[in-house]
Amino acid sequence: MTTTEPSNIAKANVNTNRSLPIVENFTRRAAVKGGFATLGAAAFVAAISPLRQAAKSTTAVEFMQQHYTELSPEQKADVIARLEAETKEKYGADVTIADDRPIPGTKFVYAINLSVCNGNGKCVEACHKENNHDRSTNQSYIRVIEMPKGTMDMEKGSTTYSGVVPKDDKFYLPVQCQQCDEPPCVDVCPVKATWKEEDGIVVVDYNWCIGCRYCEAACPYHARRFNWKQPEVPAEEINPDQSYLSNRVRPVGVVEKCTYCLHRTRRGKLPACLEACPTGARVFGNILDKDSSIRWILENKRVYILKEELGTKPAFFYYFD
Amino acid sequence: MSSIPVKEAAITSYPKFIGRALWLATEGSFAFYAWMTALTAVFLVGANAWANQVAGGMISTNMTDHVSWGLYIANFTFCVGLAAGGVMMVIPAYLYDDEEMHKVVIIGEVVAIAAIVMCTLSVVVDLGRPDRFWHLIPGIGKFNWPMSMLTWDVIVLNGYLVINLHVVGYLLYMRYLGRKPNGWWYLPFVFLSIFWAISIHTVTAFLYCGLGGRPFWNSALLAPRFLASAFVSGPAFIILVMRVLRVTTGYAAPIGPARTLIQIIRVAMTINLLMLVSEIFTVLYTGSAHAAPLNYLFFGAHGKSGLVQWIWTAIGMNLLGTVLFFTPAAMERSHVRILACLLVIVGIWIEKGMGLIVPGFIPSTLHEIVEYSPSLLEWKVVAGIWGLGLIILTLSLKLIVNVFTGRMELHPSADKTSVS
Repeated sequence: MTTTEPSNIAKANVNTNRSLPIVENFTRRAAVKGGFATLGAAAFVAAISPLRQAAKSTTAVEFMQQHYTELSPEQKADVIARLEAETKEKYGADVTIADDRPIPGTKFVYAINLSVCNGNGKCVEACHKENNHDRSTNQSYIRVIEMPKGTMDMEKGSTTYSGVVPKDDKFYLPVQCQQCDEPPCVDVCPVKATWKEEDGIVVVDYNWCIGCRYCEAACPYHARRFNWKQPEVPAEEINPDQSYLSNRVRPVGVVEKCTYCLHRTRRGKLPACLEACPTGARVFGNILDKDSSIRWILENKRVYILKEELGTKPAFFYYFD
Repeated sequence: MSSIPVKEAAITSYPKFIGRALWLATEGSFAFYAWMTALTAVFLVGANAWANQVAGGMISTNMTDHVSWGLYIANFTFCVGLAAGGVMMVIPAYLYDDEEMHKVVIIGEVVAIAAIVMCTLSVVVDLGRPDRFWHLIPGIGKFNWPMSMLTWDVIVLNGYLVINLHVVGYLLYMRYLGRKPNGWWYLPFVFLSIFWAISIHTVTAFLYCGLGGRPFWNSALLAPRFLASAFVSGPAFIILVMRVLRVTTGYAAPIGPARTLIQIIRVAMTINLLMLVSEIFTVLYTGSAHAAPLNYLFFGAHGKSGLVQWIWTAIGMNLLGTVLFFTPAAMERSHVRILACLLVIVGIWIEKGMGLIVPGFIPSTLHEIVEYSPSLLEWKVVAGIWGLGLIILTLSLKLIVNVFTGRMELHPSADKTSVS
C-alpha cells in the first residue's frame, strides 16, 4: 500500500502542474519543509523553556496526588510529611501540619458587635500572622470597611481609611468569609476543590485547586484570595502550628480563604482574630450548644446579615446593642 | 484490507488524506510563507510569555484579587461568540436550502474550529495551575457537573469542536475521494451543531449571569445579548475571510452568501444595540445597586475612569459599523463592507471583553474601586493565541481551496458537481 503513495502524489502533481511538478522536487521540498518544521519545533521548545523551572518545583508525587477526600490515612500521612519537609526546605522553618477534622455536633458561627467594633484593625493583623500570609502584599482574610453612620450601603464606605479611630460619625464593618450555608463559591468550582464541611467551615484543598478563580468571581463578600506568587514569609515569622486545610503555607497559583482558624477552633481554641480584638466585639461559638453565648446573642440581639437578599445564608452575623 | 486500490479502506486512506492535506496546505507563494512565519513568530512570543507566567506566578499579569479575571477571559468570551457565529451560515444553508450558501458553509465551520481552539487556550492560560489540568477531565479528575457552569462549558466547547471537525473532515474527504457524501454520516451532526452553537454561547453567558454577587452580570439579558453580538462578529469575520480568500487564492465565493450574512448582521446588530439600550435604561433609570459598575464603565466613578475610553470607542465603532452595513455599498464587494466588518469585530471584542468582564469586578463586591488594564505579558499571550488560531485557520482554508479547486483529489478525473 505504502509503495503506491509517492507515485500517487507525483501523478497528482503532474496533473495540477503547479506547486509540485516532479519527484526530485518533492524530496527537496520535503527536506526543506522538514528543516523548517524542526526549526519551528526547536524554537517552540526554547520559547517554553521557563516551564522547566516550574516543573522542578512540582514533583511527580505531588502531580499525581489525589483529592483530599480520597486520600487513605497512609497517603495523607505521606502527603503531610512531604509538605512539612518542603516547608523546611523552602522556608527553613520546622512546622507541624495536622489534619484537623470537624468535631461531631458542632456548627461554628461568628458574630460581630458593630456597636463596639472601633476599626482598630487588630483582627486584620492577627489573621495575617496566624495564617502565614504573604508578607510583601500584607495579605489578610479580613477587610474592615469604615462606614458613615446612617447607612448600610457599602458604596459609601472606605477600606483605606487612616487616622485615629473610632471617628465620631463612622462605624466599622469587618468582613471575612461568611461560611455560607449556600456557598456560591462551592457550586461554581469545576473540580470540587472547595467544599463545606460538617461543622459549617468552607475549605479548599490547596493541592487540588487548578486556580481558575471562578470562586473568587462568585463570592459576594470578597472572601477569597489568590496566590499570585509564591508566598514569602521569613522563617522566624512562620506560624509552625498548621493544618492541611487551613494555615499551612499555600502553593503559588491556588485560591485560599478564611477557615475560622480551624487549626485552632477544632482544637477547642478561639479564632486568632477574636483573641486579638481589644474591644470584645467578636463572639464565636457552636450554635448547636444551647448554653453558648453566640446562641444567646442570636436569640436576643438585633441581628443583621450581609447581603441577605442573595440567599447565601451566611453563618456570620452582625449585631447592635 | 488491501484488496482493490480504488476502494481503499477509510482506515488507511483517511490518514493518507490528512497527510496529503497537510503537505499541500503548507505549499504556497512567498507571501504565504511570510504570513505563516509572522504568525509563528507571534505564537512563539505568546508561548514564551505564558511559560514565564507559569514559572513566576500570575503576579506578572495585572489581575488582582479585586479584578481576578481580565484580558484572557475577555478574549475567551469573544472567541466563543466567533465560534457560535459560524452557525449563521449553517442555518441558511441547511434549514433554508440556500444553494450558494451551501457551497461556502464550510468556511464558517473552520472558523468555528479555529475559534474553539482559541477559547480553550484562553482558559488554559488563565489557570494558576495548568499542571493540574487533568483534575478537569471527567473520570480521572473530579468533574463538578452539573453544578458548575464551567464544567458545562468544558462539555459544550469540546463537543462543538468534535462536531465541526467531523463534519468538515468528512465532507472534504468525500470530495477528495470524488464521492457523494452520505447524508446519514453528516446531516444529523450539522443539525446538532445548530443547537450546539446556541448552547456554547448560552452556557458561556450563564457562567457570568448566574453569579448573584456580581450585579453587572446578573441580568437575564446577558445570554440573548451574547448571541446577538455573536451573530454580528461571527458573520463579519467570515466575510473578511471570504474576501481574503478571493484576493489571495482567487477562490471566489458567489455574491449571495455575503449578502445573506450582511442581512443577518443588520438584524442582529440592531437587536444587540436595542438590548444594550434596554439594559442601560433599566439600570440607570432605576439607579439601583446595578448602576455602580455601569456608571464606572461609561462615565467613571470616584475619579477613576480606566474603562471609559474603551467602552465609548466600542460604542462608536459599533454604531458606525452598523450605519455602514445599512448602506447599499455594503451589499457590493466594496471597501465599505470591509471597513464595516472590521469596525464591528473590534467594537464587539471590546464590548464583550474589556467592556463586560472587567466592569463585573469594578466596583468589587465590597464596593472598592481597583482598576485594571492588561499587562504587556497578557497582551503577548493573547496575541500568541490569535497567532495559533490564525495558523490553524490559514491551513484549514488552504485545504478547503485545494480540495474545492481540484488541486487535491484522489482521482483527478472524478466528477466535481456535488458541492459541500
